[in-house]
Amino acid sequence: MKFTLSWLKDYLDTDATLEQIVEKLTDVGLEVEGVEDRAAVYAPFKVVEVVEAVQHPNADRLRVCQVKTENGMLQVVCGAPNARAGMKAILAPEGSYVPGLDMTMKKTKIRDVESNGMMASAREMNLGEDHQGIIDLPVDTPIGTPLAEIFGLNDPVIEINVTPNRPDCAGIRGIARDLAAAGLGTLKPLASSKIESKFESSPKVTLDFDGDNKQACPLFMGRLIKGVKNGPSPDWLQNRLKAIGLRPISALVDITNYFCIGLSRPLHVFDADKLTGNITVRLSKKGETLDALNDKSYTLEDGTVAVCDDSGVLGLGGIVGGTKTGCEETTTNVYLECAYFDPMKIARAGRDLGVISDARYRFERGIDPAFTVEAVELATQMILDLCGGEAGTVVKAGEVPECVKTYKYDPSRYVKRIGADVSADDQKAILESLGFAVAADWSVTTPSWRPDIFGVEDLIEEIARIRGYAEIPSVSVLKDGAVAKGAETPNGMKSRKARNALAASGLQECITWSFMAEELAHDFGADANQQAARLKLLNPISVDLAQMRPSILPNLIEAASRNADRGHPNAALFEVGPVFFGANADEQPVMATGIRTGSIGSKHWTGETASRDVDIYDVKADVLRAISACGGPSGNLQVTRDTPDYYHPGRSGALRLGPNIIAYFGEIHPKLLDKMKISDKVVGFELFLEKIPEQKKKGTALPLVDLPSFQPVKRDFAFLADSGVEADNFVRAIKSVDRNMIVNVDIFDIYTGKGVEEGKKSVAIAVTLQPRDHTLTDAEIEGLSQKIVAVVEQKTGASLRG
Amino acid sequence: MDTAALKKELVDLVASANDMTSLENVRVEALGKKGRITDLMKTLGGMSPEERKTAGAELNVLKDEIAALIEKQASQLKAQEMDARLAAETLDVTLTTRPERKGAVHPISQTVDELVSIFADMGFSVAEGPDLEDDFHNFTALNFPLGHPAREMHDTFYLPNDERQEGEAQKKVLRTHTSTVQIRHMQNNNPPHKIICFGRCYRSDWDMTHTPVFHQMECLYIDKNVTMAHLKGCLSDFVRAFFNIDDLPVRFRPSFFPFTEPSAEVDIGYWKENGELRLGRAPKTEDQKWLEILGSGMVHPNVLRNCGLDPEEYQGFAFGMGLERATMLKYGIPDLRSFFESDTRWLSHYGFDPLDRPNRATK
Repeated sequence: MKFTLSWLKDYLDTDATLEQIVEKLTDVGLEVEGVEDRAAVYAPFKVVEVVEAVQHPNADRLRVCQVKTENGMLQVVCGAPNARAGMKAILAPEGSYVPGLDMTMKKTKIRDVESNGMMASAREMNLGEDHQGIIDLPVDTPIGTPLAEIFGLNDPVIEINVTPNRPDCAGIRGIARDLAAAGLGTLKPLASSKIESKFESSPKVTLDFDGDNKQACPLFMGRLIKGVKNGPSPDWLQNRLKAIGLRPISALVDITNYFCIGLSRPLHVFDADKLTGNITVRLSKKGETLDALNDKSYTLEDGTVAVCDDSGVLGLGGIVGGTKTGCEETTTNVYLECAYFDPMKIARAGRDLGVISDARYRFERGIDPAFTVEAVELATQMILDLCGGEAGTVVKAGEVPECVKTYKYDPSRYVKRIGADVSADDQKAILESLGFAVAADWSVTTPSWRPDIFGVEDLIEEIARIRGYAEIPSVSVLKDGAVAKGAETPNGMKSRKARNALAASGLQECITWSFMAEELAHDFGADANQQAARLKLLNPISVDLAQMRPSILPNLIEAASRNADRGHPNAALFEVGPVFFGANADEQPVMATGIRTGSIGSKHWTGETASRDVDIYDVKADVLRAISACGGPSGNLQVTRDTPDYYHPGRSGALRLGPNIIAYFGEIHPKLLDKMKISDKVVGFELFLEKIPEQKKKGTALPLVDLPSFQPVKRDFAFLADSGVEADNFVRAIKSVDRNMIVNVDIFDIYTGKGVEEGKKSVAIAVTLQPRDHTLTDAEIEGLSQKIVAVVEQKTGASLRG
Repeated sequence: MDTAALKKELVDLVASANDMTSLENVRVEALGKKGRITDLMKTLGGMSPEERKTAGAELNVLKDEIAALIEKQASQLKAQEMDARLAAETLDVTLTTRPERKGAVHPISQTVDELVSIFADMGFSVAEGPDLEDDFHNFTALNFPLGHPAREMHDTFYLPNDERQEGEAQKKVLRTHTSTVQIRHMQNNNPPHKIICFGRCYRSDWDMTHTPVFHQMECLYIDKNVTMAHLKGCLSDFVRAFFNIDDLPVRFRPSFFPFTEPSAEVDIGYWKENGELRLGRAPKTEDQKWLEILGSGMVHPNVLRNCGLDPEEYQGFAFGMGLERATMLKYGIPDLRSFFESDTRWLSHYGFDPLDRPNRATK
């Protein structure tokens, strides 16, 4: 909302400076977004007289001018075709900042002739597009007159942010009222006048609503004013409208805008001669059309408030008028509309039709219904003042709707809620200055222009904001005890620990969108639980962001691909965030998901291992580290092959704890990578954080450490097995021999090729035995070894390699 | 016995031994079981006692001298050998170390951890709620009237209605703010409520300063005597701790949110130094400028009622803050959109060390 200082002062009697006003506006909740003090911008530019203009000795198109300023003569070189002796022009002197050129004038020599500044065109002054010549003023303009004065620019423009609850402050007078209440002057009363009517106004108005819709337009007032002379409005009005960014149109239209901005009272003017029959205000019928004053055409649905005559829809009440009956320069008889429309109806229609207008903005927030009656008189007076003519009777259909409420208030409530005390008298004074009526028993009645006040808390807020929040003391919030307690949730704790473990493993944390293209989501499991249709946005920003993500993997894969396109392959990325299996609260688990692609690092002088390609064992390590960091039993997990379809069927695994799948890891299915146009192999993992069991142990004690006093013994074995027998089978078999003694089983070589027959593999395993109570004898070691071989052979079908 | 010639010969031999092997050979030749001095010693037995006495003494002196010489030569040779070995073992110390991948924690996560540690110190604990919400929790319970322009200002993303639910729970939305968590927490727990929460929020808006996904934190403190003065104290303490500026100017100004009454926007002070934004108290009062950082207020009695609390008995404050903006301000990160682009160069630069996590006790 923009307004000018002089316009504000039409309503506010104040000695306050611009700075004081600006500060107070913010203090009372009318946040100032900008102040444009154009008088200051244009201060250097004043009227000069060109006394002499002669041909430049070294340039055909330039003239050397002697100009008379308020401080004496100056020489200025000028290239404008209209520069001539005797004219009055505007000088941009040395040192001035020229807004249209975005530069500061310097004294200079133009083709060897000294020039002290420049005579300015309208465009150079940011006052229009004219750059044909310099500004050419009437010859009787006094030398030294400021440019700002000539062009009506000496009125600072203030822009504030009006919160949606304050329709009263969508009018400048409402702003003045708040400032007056906050002690910055006095609100001037509106000059009320009762216009003498010279004739019976027509057309008549009918409100045609059935029972439920009566509130759509409870009051409609009209008045015919005959014999007006429309034309440009006076300069003061045009300057104010231009200052706040409105285009002056004609006196009649400008008056409606003046009321809209000044008093938050939208009006409409019809050219009375273009009306057909009587006016009916009713709900629109589907298919009716309107060519609107905003140069757009609308086809209406059922139920929009329409102002109609016998020919059809004239305008959408409170939103936009129609061209057919609009006022033009030639209008001589004008029909003034001043009505009240239901905010909800206006909001709905405005939104459905996509119309943004100053009228809609105010009606949908709720203007003052009671002011309708007085506004008709004030607007009529202004039309008569600016356009002449004579007014008819006021046509009135309906009544002012109920718009005040009364609440029982207790001033002692203030300190309880705010924590600062304000005397009952002061509270009363503030409420009254805002227009509330405070009875002796503290029944407080709201003003008709405050639809936002709904109870005692609203009254307290009014007092608090007018007093200013600065006077409320600051009281620290302290914890209950002396030492802070842990604040995290189990989920938050696991997220943090997984995040730190993964970052420490060399992965970079990303945050990606929660939604993705529908097809991509389907490729990555959206259909698995039959809920995809529930998770498709009705109004996505684009088709690429339409489906809630069933997995974070595709987002990370795409991110890696973007990085590769920038010349940075070898991404290792992860994200800890929600995925969506359904729209219920318990169907949106937090997952830690990561990928690696390309090589583990760049080429390095230490050899090949530094730059080997990533494989599933990298991400298996990542996910196990994260599980372990979260307190999960990373050593006790089973690995199974039942992974989702988006993993490589032979190169992926699920990590299970009992019936629960805790994580997946593996290579992403090459078919999907092809589809995503990714050429590099990608390996990834997905960890269901909530499935990691929470540690239920009581107290802080850790299990006792096991520090045997006897040296461990290592024995190596090599087995020949079918190539399909997986590593875990060997490890489990060997451990089962003696869980107390066998503390480590490490597979250190897997060999196929020369010396091993087709379909077989050689598996080399190091077993660590930890004696507990005596040093093992050779016979004991030999006995255990034989047992190990026997159990492995029995459980895996392998044989000891000779 | 003339030992002078022998001595000269042996001294020369020792001096010419230039490695440990030849020195050992010299030792054996001179002092070994069949060495030259040893052989002479053996001749002492056939001498007269007088001769034996003189020659024995002479030989013993010679033996000790040669032994000492050999010892000295040996230590010199060892030192030389060590020098030669060290010279041969020289490595190029300018070569790079074996590559280690450095991971990083996203700045938003860093901010969340910082906020948890600050608010834990004030006695708050964390609460959680879902991203996919319903109309009741996102709007109605928070006192947004149906059809009110404030609802429209939220640019809500909608999901298909859930016909399995009743009433407002049918209408599924992506939460537009984390205030939903307040509602769920108050519905499911007994007062007092002293919580913070963090999470993703969604609005259909995408330009220089808006992304369709963003993060908020929410804070709620409800008890019998929590006033607006506590709101001011808590928020001032928090922003000063978070931005690590003890005298950071904080300004509270009236505003409007449907779910608070009174409502306050909170600004923090900054000024420009050589065109750069500096948070804090400006050296000259006239240079003091303000940045909006969060929205707050006393929880609206309708919200308390909607959550089953009696507003005559309980009251308190709530606030919400955008985490991206707070992070950008604190760490001088210029572009909001870069938070979501997963550019590894950006993550390396603005990401945080996983081994150095926020903690109010450390510096």
